[in-house]
Amino acid sequence: MHEVSLCEHLMGLLEDEARRHAFHRVKRIRLAVGRFACVDPDALRFAFDVVRRNTLAGEAEVEIDQPPGLVWCSDCAREVEVPTRVSPCPDCGGLALIPRGGDELRLIELEVA
Amino acid sequence: MCTTCGCGSDHVVFDGTAPDHGHHVHDHHHGDHHHRGHGHDHDDHDHRHDATRTIRLERDILAENARHAARNRQRLAGAGTLALNLVSSPGSGKTTLLVRTIEALNGAVDVAVIEGDQQTSADADRIRATGTPALQINTGKGCHLDAHMVGHALDRLPPPRGGVLFIENVGNLVCPAEFDLGEAARVAIVSITEGEDKPLKYPDIFAAARLVLVNKIDLAPHLDADVPLLIANARRVSPRAEILTVSARTGEGFPAWLDWLEARRLRAL
Repeated sequence: MHEVSLCEHLMGLLEDEARRHAFHRVKRIRLAVGRFACVDPDALRFAFDVVRRNTLAGEAEVEIDQPPGLVWCSDCAREVEVPTRVSPCPDCGGLALIPRGGDELRLIELEVA
Repeated sequence: MCTTCGCGSDHVVFDGTAPDHGHHVHDHHHGDHHHRGHGHDHDDHDHRHDATRTIRLERDILAENARHAARNRQRLAGAGTLALNLVSSPGSGKTTLLVRTIEALNGAVDVAVIEGDQQTSADADRIRATGTPALQINTGKGCHLDAHMVGHALDRLPPPRGGVLFIENVGNLVCPAEFDLGEAARVAIVSITEGEDKPLKYPDIFAAARLVLVNKIDLAPHLDADVPLLIANARRVSPRAEILTVSARTGEGFPAWLDWLEARRLRAL
């Protein structure tokens, strides 16, 4: 449900960029949604399809990158990648993991006309 | 539509009215993008409007919320107010916990409460019945509070100087996770009736908590709940959080919760 709010924020960014860069139409949008972001990419696409109707992004293709979740494993004493917040360390199976990154939610690139 | 800042929060209602006056002037709406400081490639500026071009950006989608949160944080710091964002599923006992906490503080600390719910002023009414100022935000169809709503709420409910502002978020273990409100700390509440695996099922909301309150501990003898497992699961998704067991009904565990609160309050002064 909060994906709709996120898409409204995204539309605000697109309108802001349209003023700054003087474009009228967005053809492609590239987003980064980290594995630890509180967002499901499919839900985000669904919400965006509703929010963007009759806007400058009405026809835009949406690409979503999913940067990995990064955690510090206290047992291995190093940073490792994990697929979810509740995944164990892929090397030692330990659970003492401190999140370090992968919660980003960013607009990366636009193809515009 | 909010007529002062044009914020379009027409579906959000504060104590029964739309945010149409009496709040500070916002500068978030248009034209402030030169101050945002994000990386930007000005070589991309070309004015052939028909030609397709690629613009490389690195913009946080929630930058707008982050800006409002920073403003709230600054305002709260100015008043020396400890602000806590209380998140949980519906029915975990947040409001009962607040009422009991207010009673336990017994006027020793100034408290104010912002209540977030889709509909009704039931929760704010319960808080006001204790003599504590409260403001109800009704989000309409909205599933979470955001920093902008809280900013409007602070216009109407001044943060208690040197005291504690509790922000009771909409009961929801999913959506509030992504939205910083400008609080000093997030407190996640989970009751033992919800099942031991709740923190694993909804890790995002627990991950950013500084404190996890395991509520309704008085019911433990009547349930098959495995409280140590619930605590272990909370610790797994939120390794840095403190975890306390409490009962908002009997007051069990309250001394430790009140100690935590007082330590945080002193730190916010």
